[in-house]
Amino acid sequence: MRIIKIEGTDDTPQVTLDANPENPFMEISGRSLPEDVVAFYDPILEWLDEYAENPLEKTVLNIKLEYFNTASSKLLLDILLKLEDLSEADHDVLVRWHYPDDDEDMEEAGEEYEDIVEVPFEQVSYSID
Amino acid sequence: MAESEKNKAKLHFAYDFYKIMKESDVTFAYEGEITHEITKAFSSLAESHIALNNESNALQKRVFHVMVESLQNISKHSSERKFKDSMFAGQGIFLVTKDDQEYNITTGNVVLNEKIPALKEHIEKINSGNKKTLKELYKKKIKFGKLSDKGGAGLGFIDMVRKTGEQLIYTFLDLNDKKTYFVLTSTIFRTK
Repeated sequence: MRIIKIEGTDDTPQVTLDANPENPFMEISGRSLPEDVVAFYDPILEWLDEYAENPLEKTVLNIKLEYFNTASSKLLLDILLKLEDLSEADHDVLVRWHYPDDDEDMEEAGEEYEDIVEVPFEQVSYSID
Repeated sequence: MAESEKNKAKLHFAYDFYKIMKESDVTFAYEGEITHEITKAFSSLAESHIALNNESNALQKRVFHVMVESLQNISKHSSERKFKDSMFAGQGIFLVTKDDQEYNITTGNVVLNEKIPALKEHIEKINSGNKKTLKELYKKKIKFGKLSDKGGAGLGFIDMVRKTGEQLIYTFLDLNDKKTYFVLTSTIFRTK
């Protein structure tokens, strides 16, 4: 399957979606406040649709955002809902939500997503220094 | 003679403007088109300014959040636009004031009268909520709400109140029978 690799900028996150069976890696990290959220996230949602047709044995998505605006939060939910579909189709899915250890708001945002979608979540705190 | 009087008035205006800004604790003021580039530039400017003042990371992030959402509100919702079809470039004013206790982020923009009842109801609902009900409202909106054609999630005000823990302060000023000037302030306490 094709690989998505988008470099991060000051208003868009870095995105890696690589489902090669030997060394798969899926991560969204950095900042997200794109001018046009739909245009930015559409290719990612499309990729997930394609991926869902023939997923890996275990799907792990890392989300390591330091900031996202409310428009992005809606699109992040859309991504998580795609993973929920996978999980409900009896596939093994895990979302690893990374947050800076001094950022309660980001930690809480992860907990809220965990409440909203039916997908196993793992909260991972990291230190910035 | 008339010319030099005019020049003098210009210079005095600058000084009067400076005095008003100082008296009202204004650290930043802008009037004009709010584009995405401007939103990014102002927010990072504020971010580095606040960092220099040795404020906590949490406060820095909260101010950043409120600034981005406020600026995006103007760019998406102001009814005043230089180019009618510019999706993301509304006009408005943007002010940041700061004193010992708090930062205030204020926006002002023109809205069509027909939009006011829904806007008012939306703000009042958020202002009357508490931590728990706002969390529920946020979850409900993010899950069942639809993204507008401008990419608005309808979550900006809820997010501002949740991040600051303070109600939104707002007013509507009559312009004419079609338009109203909408002013909104969000307060972030420095000690919280």
